[in-house]
Amino acid sequence: MSEQRAAQQRAVQQPAVPSSAPELLEVRDLTVAYRTDEGPLPAVRHVDLIVHAGEVVGVAGESGCGKSTLASTVLRLQPKDAEVRGQVLLSGADVLTVPWGELRALRWAEASIVFQGALHSLNPVHRVGDQVAEPIRVHEPGVTEDELRTRVGDLLEQVGLPRGRARTYPHQLSGGQRQRVMIAMALACRPRLIVADEPTTALDVMVQAQILALLGDLVSDLGVGLVIISHDLSVLADVCDRVLVMYAGRVVESGTAAQVFHDPLHPYARALSDAFPRIGDQAARYAPSGLPGDPPDPRDLPPGCSFAPRCPRAAPACTAAEPPLVRVDALGTRGTGREVACIRVGEP
Amino acid sequence: MTGPAHATAASTEPGAGAPLLEASGVRVDFGTRSGPVAHALDGVDLAVHTGEVLAIVGESGSGKTTLARALVGLQRPVGGEVRFRGAPLDYSGRGLRRFRREVQMVLQDAAGSLNPRQTVYESVAEGIRLHRRVAEDDQGRNEPALVAAALAEAGLRPPERLFLRYPHELSGGQKQRVLIAGALALRPQVLVADEPVSSLDASIRGEILALLLRLRRELGLGVVVVTHDVGLAWNIADRIAVMYLGRVVECGSTEEVLEDPRHPYTRALLSVVPEIRRLEPVVLRGEIPDPAHIPTGCRFHPRCPALADGSAESAGVADRCRRVALDILPAYGEHRAACHLDAVTS
Repeated sequence: MSEQRAAQQRAVQQPAVPSSAPELLEVRDLTVAYRTDEGPLPAVRHVDLIVHAGEVVGVAGESGCGKSTLASTVLRLQPKDAEVRGQVLLSGADVLTVPWGELRALRWAEASIVFQGALHSLNPVHRVGDQVAEPIRVHEPGVTEDELRTRVGDLLEQVGLPRGRARTYPHQLSGGQRQRVMIAMALACRPRLIVADEPTTALDVMVQAQILALLGDLVSDLGVGLVIISHDLSVLADVCDRVLVMYAGRVVESGTAAQVFHDPLHPYARALSDAFPRIGDQAARYAPSGLPGDPPDPRDLPPGCSFAPRCPRAAPACTAAEPPLVRVDALGTRGTGREVACIRVGEP
Repeated sequence: MTGPAHATAASTEPGAGAPLLEASGVRVDFGTRSGPVAHALDGVDLAVHTGEVLAIVGESGSGKTTLARALVGLQRPVGGEVRFRGAPLDYSGRGLRRFRREVQMVLQDAAGSLNPRQTVYESVAEGIRLHRRVAEDDQGRNEPALVAAALAEAGLRPPERLFLRYPHELSGGQKQRVLIAGALALRPQVLVADEPVSSLDASIRGEILALLLRLRRELGLGVVVVTHDVGLAWNIADRIAVMYLGRVVECGSTEEVLEDPRHPYTRALLSVVPEIRRLEPVVLRGEIPDPAHIPTGCRFHPRCPALADGSAESAGVADRCRRVALDILPAYGEHRAACHLDAVTS
């Protein structure tokens, strides 16, 4: 896996795309609020995100932090009662405003999504081959049945399944195999961007390692951009080039995977990182690390920094105003720098 | 954040004294409607002592949840026996009721395990009523006092404020604490927790694990934690038993098993854990085989990287790996692995 990682890194380190060429994915100041009976529920607040081709970007956070809303909004799949502001640019086209016909062309062909819970996302009464073929049928009406069969077989092989599995039903497959089918489906129309929402959550460690290795191979072989959403920072640290940490709808820290996992600056990122102890670290023996309290109700956010009530480093100034996400390094091309939203960074 | 390491609290020497709860050669079969019998547990020895935290680590299909159910008497073995304080389990209704006062299970999925129409008070009191502790316990405490004490022990303070809450009004961490309180209300000696934090968010996880450590320290509970998460084991366990396809394939102290794994399966499992950087990742192909068709010889041999790369061959054990079954590992004592290669190389 280290070889792939090197390949990924090479891809990222290539000279920055000239500023005229649009990024593969650029999310600008995205805010999503759900309309509820008790008033608007802000799920995503002022999020910026850039993904280059051949790059793996992770979004980490806990339930309710807005990461899944972010994932679905990238393909304009957010629920009807969501109010969206900001821009989602897929190769320059704004997903949020393009006409319906153009949006359909963007979905699957430009960007596709692998949802969490492969068991529930596959239709139990259709053969998996037909389900993988469906996006191709819809998007490329001219394709013959023979071509379709060949392409489905190729796709299954690409995700490490025998061609013959096309004839099976979802219940005949294991969890890991179903997740592979979901990935094959996401690849069907040769998208340039794949968004994977908790792709390994229900899977065992060994199967999780298989799926992550597969995703890593796809990125290096096909040069696609990949966004992985997960609650597990340690998984993201292993496969991503860059990681963003979200709390209460906002990005509170971003940087390279190694920076965020091994040297987090935001106290929340630090807590997430410490929650997954390094085996062999004596400081973690008989000392599980956690945070008191629960994430805030998005309808009733605490004043100032949303994390302050649970923060071990909170100071009076933290509740005065929401700390902006600021650049803390000078290096890196656009969308690759290290940022953190905490006024106490740099203080002893 | 939790306080400094409580390593000194782990005063129990592994294997010292008589075990509190013990499995000996336990076998559990599941019949399928037409097909062959699945051997979910195929001979397991295991023991937990007073004040000891034992982690049973394995993937789905390894039999770890079946083992937990057998340990609390929910699953009757077809072979071998479960013993509590040296006496074999009595599977009569009365025998089990008495046993469950001593050995309690905390199920995984806290959200799904609480009755949504029961208040916190009712959920916790249910166990007390079931076990006919309605009037007063030996310290003269009535039901509300016992419920309050259990909630407080589980870290829900002040307990009275939660009495009338319903599960949907609680956070994930609070629900898990209510479940633990329900188990504690009966003053058990042993707590068996099946994936106690797998459905919880990362920041909540540490608090619940710290609670389990505190209960062991303050109440002297023996704790069995069933998990797929080796980081959790590193956080709280004194000893680890690694399961594969119905058997314990490696056991020893947490340091021994996690820092010096000897079974090729344990090594592979640890190598793919993201937090472990020093092992070259060994991604095994396929998944745990069907327990109705356990491979001959070593049950791990069809997936074993040591057999595939020829190291078993050059050590002269490859034939044994394919043909000779391994002995059941003893429940406690020194670090051991059920592996033909390990037997000749270590």
